[in-house]
Amino acid sequence: MNLTTNDRASYLAAGAGPSPAAGPAGAPGRAPSFALETVGLTRRFGDFTAVDAISFGVPSGTIFGLLGPNGAGKSTTIKMLTTLLPPTAGTGRVAGFDIVRQPVEVRRMIGYVPQMLSADGNLSAYENLLIFAKVYGIRVPQRRKRIMEVLAFMGLADSAGTLVNKFSGGMIRRLEIAQSMLHRPPVLFLDEPTVGLDPVARRNVWEHILRLRDEFGTTILLTTHYMEEADELCQEVAIMHQGKIVTVGAPAAIKAAAGVATLDDAFAHYTGSSIKDGGTFRDAARVRRVARRMG
Amino acid sequence: MPPESAVSPAAWARRFNPVDFIRQTFAVAEADVRKLRHDPTELVTRAVQPTLWLVVFAQVMGRLRGVPTGNLSYRDFMAPGILAQSVLFIAIFYGISVIWERDMGILQKFLVSPAPRVALVLGKALSAGVRGLTQAVFIYAIALLIGIKAQFGLLPILGVLVSTLLGAGIFSTFSLIVACLVKTRERMMGIGQLLSMPLFFASNAIYPLALMPSWLQVIAKVNPLSYQVDLLRALMVQGGQSTFGLGVDFAVQLGILAVLVAVAARLYARIVT
Repeated sequence: MNLTTNDRASYLAAGAGPSPAAGPAGAPGRAPSFALETVGLTRRFGDFTAVDAISFGVPSGTIFGLLGPNGAGKSTTIKMLTTLLPPTAGTGRVAGFDIVRQPVEVRRMIGYVPQMLSADGNLSAYENLLIFAKVYGIRVPQRRKRIMEVLAFMGLADSAGTLVNKFSGGMIRRLEIAQSMLHRPPVLFLDEPTVGLDPVARRNVWEHILRLRDEFGTTILLTTHYMEEADELCQEVAIMHQGKIVTVGAPAAIKAAAGVATLDDAFAHYTGSSIKDGGTFRDAARVRRVARRMG
Repeated sequence: MPPESAVSPAAWARRFNPVDFIRQTFAVAEADVRKLRHDPTELVTRAVQPTLWLVVFAQVMGRLRGVPTGNLSYRDFMAPGILAQSVLFIAIFYGISVIWERDMGILQKFLVSPAPRVALVLGKALSAGVRGLTQAVFIYAIALLIGIKAQFGLLPILGVLVSTLLGAGIFSTFSLIVACLVKTRERMMGIGQLLSMPLFFASNAIYPLALMPSWLQVIAKVNPLSYQVDLLRALMVQGGQSTFGLGVDFAVQLGILAVLVAVAARLYARIVT
């Protein structure tokens, strides 16, 4: 499905607040074009620091990648930016709203796809979207049209009535992205969007993520531990290691600065360990265990 | 600290939209109802236990004529208690399904939506209530089959409906609070097992308060289940009488539900951390 300029305008106009381009209006001294930024964002669980005073900005209409192994602090960062978890210190602004002081406004401006395949398998694709259309207050005249639009955009129009437990992993992921864009949010969070997908499904999801940016100007923050994913999708990436951002910039610039050919090598250069074994499973398990205990 | 604490009550009141609130509450419940429609097996298996209590236990115990049930037969006396019990058993384990939704990532998507936490919690209470109502329909059917003298007037039926929703709401919200605190299915299962039988036996579900030793009467009187049973007993069967008074029954249950929903809404986000 091709969307006309008109569709794009209505997509952007439907956001219930400032347009993504408006950025953090009323935040003096900051570049106005950041759709998302953090300042000293920190989360501690007891004596364990999961996210350690990170600061970065994401220009409107770009894709930004948080890169790192399991346990680096990527998901904790997303949880704070989506208002699921209050920061221990520091803050962030999303589409112009403060995540600590204006969580409800932030929630109106964002879409979120969690790491797990989280569409409800016992409902059809259409029903999954219907429930969230209602939660987001999309009223009857446009509701059905909007649902069919996002299904078509994600290439799922023919499967609208199918129970999701009959879907492949790639289809579920696309359905979830469809759900996250139902209310046309200017900022989208994708937590490990292609983890566990086969190469063909992964590439298909990538294409849809790029179309979201190109056709709607959606600002997207995604986390990944696939270097080729970051290379393919992101204008800028931040490499995270043990809760800190060790470097941030365009993938090409990061590779050049490190004098290496791939982001994999750049990661090794900056952290002294490979992405594959740099963050061990134990790290991730420890974060989760500590997080649960502290809850 | 839930993020909401940063929002002043005045700002909240300005933003609150009752129409959206009700839509969001119903949307949460609708998801569960649609799932039940796709696969109603659970409702059928749930119906086995109350059938046993009414068809086997009540028939045998009724012959003893040892329980002072006033002008009611023991079966008629027990039927409202068994409805309350099956609602309790559904609702007290509700936290497990919420933890399951957390593990699936479904809950996170509701929590990052603009829907108020109270609407999300009430939606879950309502969906427990709908499950409870399917039990009520089933128990009325058994009652008809085995000759329990149920009341079929409009007002009594409405009262049973409201009472079932209240009872399911109270225990499912309580279960949700426990889920937010213990966070794992295994612990939640254990706590549900631990609570369900004491709540049932320390109530007037299958014997009157007057028959209990005084220490147990004290417990039964702070047990919300007793008020649900008392209400159901007055409304569901012909000649049934309330011990506390219908007004007290309603007020106590509404009050408990309001407090539990307020607590659950504050704790809800903790389940994902």
